[in-house]
Formats: sequence, C-alpha cells, structure tokens
Amino acid sequence: MDRSDEIRAQIVAAYENRSALAIRGGGSKSFYGRPVAASRTLELGGHQGILEYEPKELYICARAGTPLSEIEAVLAQRGQILAFEAPHFSPHATLGGCVASGLSGPRRPYAGAVRDHVLGVRMLNGRGEDLRFGGKVMKNVAGYDVSRLLAGSLGSLGVLLEVTCKVLPRPVATRSLAFDMSAAAALEQLVTWSLRPSPISAAAHDGERLYLRLEGAASRVENFARAVGGDLLADDVGDRFWEDLREQRLPFFAGTAPLWRLALPAGSPPVPESFGTVFYDWGGQQGWLRGPLDAPALRAWAARQGGHATAFRHPPDDAVFQDLPPALLALQQRLKAAFDPAGILNPGRFYPGL
Amino acid sequence: MLAPREEEFFRALAALLPKDGLLRDVESLRPYECDGLSALRSLPWCVALPETAAAVEAILRLCHEYGVAVVPRGAGTGLSGGARPSHAALLLGLARLREMAEPDLRSRSIRVGPGVRNLAVSEKVRRHGLYYAPDPSSQIACSIGGNVAENSGGVHCLKYGLTTHNVLAVELCDSSGERLPIGSLAPDTPGFNLLSLVIGSEGLLGVVTSCTLRLLPLPPQTLVLLAAFPSLRQAADSVGAIIAAGILPAGLEMMDQLAIQAAEDFVHVGYPREAAAILLCELDGEEDELQEQLQQVAEILRQQGATELRVARDEATRMALWKGRKAAFPAVGRIGPDYYCMDGSIPRQRLAEVLEQINVLARDYGLRVANVFHAGDGNLHPLILYDANQEGEQERAEALGARILELCVAVGGTVTGEHGVGVEKLDGMCVQFSSAELAQLHRIKAAFDPAGLLNPGKAVPSLHHCAELGAMHVHGGQLPFPELERF
Repeated sequence: MDRSDEIRAQIVAAYENRSALAIRGGGSKSFYGRPVAASRTLELGGHQGILEYEPKELYICARAGTPLSEIEAVLAQRGQILAFEAPHFSPHATLGGCVASGLSGPRRPYAGAVRDHVLGVRMLNGRGEDLRFGGKVMKNVAGYDVSRLLAGSLGSLGVLLEVTCKVLPRPVATRSLAFDMSAAAALEQLVTWSLRPSPISAAAHDGERLYLRLEGAASRVENFARAVGGDLLADDVGDRFWEDLREQRLPFFAGTAPLWRLALPAGSPPVPESFGTVFYDWGGQQGWLRGPLDAPALRAWAARQGGHATAFRHPPDDAVFQDLPPALLALQQRLKAAFDPAGILNPGRFYPGL
Repeated sequence: MLAPREEEFFRALAALLPKDGLLRDVESLRPYECDGLSALRSLPWCVALPETAAAVEAILRLCHEYGVAVVPRGAGTGLSGGARPSHAALLLGLARLREMAEPDLRSRSIRVGPGVRNLAVSEKVRRHGLYYAPDPSSQIACSIGGNVAENSGGVHCLKYGLTTHNVLAVELCDSSGERLPIGSLAPDTPGFNLLSLVIGSEGLLGVVTSCTLRLLPLPPQTLVLLAAFPSLRQAADSVGAIIAAGILPAGLEMMDQLAIQAAEDFVHVGYPREAAAILLCELDGEEDELQEQLQQVAEILRQQGATELRVARDEATRMALWKGRKAAFPAVGRIGPDYYCMDGSIPRQRLAEVLEQINVLARDYGLRVANVFHAGDGNLHPLILYDANQEGEQERAEALGARILELCVAVGGTVTGEHGVGVEKLDGMCVQFSSAELAQLHRIKAAFDPAGLLNPGKAVPSLHHCAELGAMHVHGGQLPFPELERF
C-alpha cells in the first residue's frame, strides 16, 4: 500500500504547527537511541510493497515499511541476499528501520555496512518535501551522497519512503568452525588471517571459543577449513549460532542489565577484564558487554583505541551515544536544520539538539 | 575584488607558504588554467601550494577572514572541471601534501596526505601483500584527495566498490579553517554518517587534509578473458547473464568496434578488429575457485554467441589484453581531432538498448561515437568524436552529449557514474533533480560552508541556472524518450 501522500500530509502539518513527531516503522528498534520528546507518533506501518526487483541488476527497491523478512524471502527465491545481514530484533522489522538505524550483522567487516549497500532513497524532509537521491545504479556521483547519509541517521534528517539496496548472490558454500582459545589469542589470530585473502565472513568470540564462518566457492571454503583446523559445526548449528548472535538471542544477551556496544578499530587490544566479559563480533571490531559498569571509564578506554561505546539496550541514563567533539556536534546540528528546520523529526533520539 | 586589502591579504598568505608556494604571475598560473576538462580554461586569481595540513588550515582561515573564494585542486586530472579555476578565487593546490605513513597492518589501513598519487599507495603496501582497490584509469597521476572529492571508481568497482567503500576516515578542513575528524578506524562513527556525504562532494563541503584508506590483501590469482561478439546486443546481454549466474567478476569491460579498431591500430595487442564488440572479464581468487568460475563464464559467453574466447593467465598476456582497454581513450583521440567523453550510468539490462539508441542519435547528429566502458557497473563512457575546427561541430557534439545523458536518466540511470558533475554536467543535474532536491543539496552545502566560499558554482546548479536552461526534470516523468519503457 502506498501511504506517501498521507505520511507527507502529517509531516507538513507537523512542520506548520512546529509539533514534534516520533517516527515508528515496525517498532523493532524502538529501544535504540535516546527518548524522543514528541507528543505524536508518525506510524509508517502499512507503507509497504516491493516496487522493483531485478536479480540481474543486483538491486531491490521497496517501500520503507516493507517487512525485512518479506524482502529476504523474495531475495532467497532468487539465491540472493542483503549482504550486510541486517538484525531484525522482531518479526516486524522493516527495510526503512533497518536503514535508519544503520545496524549491520556479523558479515559487516567482510561485506560492508548497511550504508555501503544503499543505492538510493525517496524521502520526506522536515518540510514534507518529497525528494529522491541516489538511484538504482552501482555508480552514481550526481549530487551529494544523501542516501548513504541517511543510513544510521535514526530518522532525524528525514522519513524514508522508499529504499533501493544493492543485493548480492548468496555464497555457494558455508562452513562454521569453533576453536577453544582465549579472546586475546583469538584477536591475534584474526589479525594474522586478515592480512591474507580468506573466505572468513564472520568471526566472534564468546569468552571461551572463537567462532568462524567461512563463505564462498566450495573449494575455497574447504581448503581454508582444512588449513586452520578447529571443530566443524553442523550446518544448522552454525547457521543458528550466527542468526542468534545477530538477533541477540544468545544467553549472553538475556536479561535487563544494560547492554553496552563497543566499536573498535580492527586489531585493537582486548578490552580490560575490569569491564567484565566481552562477547566479540566483527572480528573484534564490535564488543558487547553487560552492565552495570563504569561507563565514563569504558568510553575513555574506547576513545583511546579510536573507538566508541554505545548504551545499546537498557541504557542507565540518556547518554546513549558517545559525546561528539563540539565542532562536530555544531556541524551536525546545522545539518539537521538543513533537512528539518523546525526540528520535528525524532528530536533528541540521537543527541540533544539533533 | 578586495582591492584595498588585496596586498595585505597576499602578504599574510605569503607568510603561510614556502617561497615557491604562491603563484601570481601569468606565466606560472598558466599550468593551472584547466584540469582534465581542457576545453574550459581560465586563469586562476592566484595559486597557493601549501605543504602541510596546518598551512591548509591557516590559508582557509585567512580566506574566510577576507571573504576569498577557494577552488581546491588535487592532481588536476578530473574530467568534469571540478578544479576549473576562477579569476575570482584562490586555487588551492594540494599536490604537495604527499606524506604517507607506514601502513598499520593490524587495522589493515594507511594514512596518506591528499596529494599522494593513487597508484603510489598500492606500490607502497605491495610488499605486505596488500593494495588499495579503487583504480581510476588515471591512477598513475590522480591523487587520493581528488579521488575522495570525486568518489572515483575504476575497473574493479563491481567487486571491490568505489572510493566511498574503501575510505575509513578523512580529516576535513572546513571553510572556516576548522579541522574535523570525519569517520574513524572503528566502524559506525557516532553521529550522522558524514563520511559518505563528504566523499564525492567535489570540494564544496571542505578540503580533505588527510585520508585513512582501507587496504585489501592482494588476490592470489588473476586471469582475464577476452570474448568477441558479432553484435553489440550479444555482448551487452552477456554482462547480465554473467551476473545473473551469481558471478561477480573483478572487472567487466566492453568496447565497441570503433574503440576496438582504434585501440588495435594504436597498441597492436591483437584485438579482433572485425568484432562488433568485445568483453574483457577479469576474475580473481584462489586456483580452484578460479577454474570453476572460468568454466562457468566461458560457457555463458559461448551460449551468448561469443565467436572467440581468449584466456590470459600470466601477467604479460593479461597486461597485453588490458593494454588496449587502458589505451582506448588516447587511441580514440588519434582517429578524430577531438573527442568528448561522457560518463552516464544505466541499469545493466538496458545496455544493449541504450547503445543502439546512442548509435541512432549519433547518426542523427552526423557524428561518430566510440564506446569503451565499465559494462559490469552499467557505467558508459561514450566518446563523441568531433572536429573543433569545423564550424558548429563542437556545439553538435555537446548537444549529442546532452541527449545521451537525458537518455541515461530516462532509463533509470544517472548523468555521472564516476567523473563527477564539476562544471560540465551542471545542465544534466537540472534534468536529473527537481528544484526541491537541488535546494536541499544547497542547504547541505550551507551547513558546511555558510559563506559559500568553497568551490562556488560547481557540482550543484543554482535553481536560476536550471530555470534559464529550461531543462526538463525527467525522473518519474515522460520526457524525453517516451518510447522507452521506464522502471
């Protein structure tokens, strides 16, 4: 169903009345970010439908409210995938929410993030103007890359109406392996492997074991698996592990203690033990921790490595994302105003004043 | 401009630059009068050639204080006039910021100055078994800063992405002289994704003073296939067929007969002169998988009607096959006094149709067009041959070019795949974007550069310009190729 006109009318009215809107797709990521000070919710549910899917062109274009599960099912019929392996967190997850939240799954360091696969968008800015940026082609440098800017913008620059994403062939072969080794040893091993071509498409460490997923041509996957050893996981066990990690269904993620997310440069040292057990993903570039913990110390340690920490779920306070340097915050506030001059789209979800 | 304070400005500027870093006399300004779009020339007001990021910062602060416009320039190889100078602006040459750190092997990255040549990065890290993937055809000369400004592509984008997929972070000096860290070695930098916005912004949002690039391990094996076809359509359709089979070649390039013959006459590498089109397909990977892929691709190409297949495995033979492709532009330059290089990008499945339509248009305009391009990405480079000394021919070539770009937009493509808008495609932008979209782009610019001092007049046309042009914005509409199916 095409709800563009109705959604647009709601934004225009909100712009004229200067009344803030909380934007909601499927609600699967409503836990993520700061609380929005808005009296009204702009519901995007029902604005759905796949508009174009050309397997040969390697792209799919759909209305933003289309369920992710529907898109993935349609792609699967033609042997294709969204390579960034988007977390759903609920059966209601939508394509628009996936792009707006900018969250990617285990394949992220090896295949790119959501933003790397966004080719184009149709959006409404904070004035309710209906705009298209990017397109359907792989190479496009006409105009600033607004569609990739919107990836991870948490709805605070505009409301997505349609998204065009690059899709890729599903890997021919997949194997998952596990190795008993410490986190420190695993992180070193991953650095070594990263310097040579390998079929690694996911790497996680749960505190006791290193988990690897290999993908690609069958011969390549088998050769690499033979060379590195480890315990071969049954196909369904391996697939379930990566899906449960992506969806945060593993026991580590259960409960209501604060869930912290560290983002780190590849090759960073292990997180100090004083912060607790770390569940590493993304070859060590993403680390999950459970609170309560000394948040300022964690953020300071992350910043020293060149990374940052986010209170991902059950945040202890409003400081969800790591502070920005003042000049960068000011620039982002000007950018916000350039799209949403009345400040009506998800105000405060990202940072105060954004 | 700034008449009474001009000398004061130059005194302050000179103090920020090495002795030979400030050019003002006509003779020394001459080499900077154009970039790779050599048809458009004008002398800059002056040229500043700083050697450090701190000097760039100080120059931008000074220009901001005096209200002086700045045109940034890398190696000057850009094809769309993005670095075209202005009589009213300081030309900021960044070629001397050539510092290159040692690669950081743990994060598989390297930090380089914006003036470092693209190819120099891969040469530097090769001994570690690494390389930098984006490889525009000008890679021997073009600079990383310019690549970032243009979001440059190359022949390996299909598999390895554009500049935007291979840059981790930049330091951006904004028009007020504030140096901002954009992006980071860590994924998902907090705040808006400014890195994607800055890459490809053609020097309008800031001046890049340092770039951190993602490095990749060199592929263990590479091979190149050449397939010759008796018709353009068969070659074009093979492109989609290869991708539909789930194969992502490292490169997939196409040349039509005019381009084949021009290249063969120039470099003599044994291209099949009688073929209507050839495809060059590069595959990379490990030995076993490469063999699998080779068999698959060869089978597809035969099914699509390839009359000849050659496989190059060793480096010398591969280089020979690539040589004709890489020399194609200068080769075409030999068969006509002048050529105009276009850069439209279209959905791959419209390739055959658009190429045929281009030939029809070329006949209508009485001009020859050679095609040599990145078929795998649907990124066309029609080369329109003309003779500038013939009355009216250049205008005809430009008019044909505009028609070709309209055609690209009409089939769901874009007016520029990798060369950028610069000054050359401002008109095309009026066709591709609505007024509201252009206004949004201008507001983005204003958020970064409120005074509008950086590279003014480039990349995004003013609404006034589009109105004067009377160009029709075509997306979603019916114009200007009603006979073509839209999607």
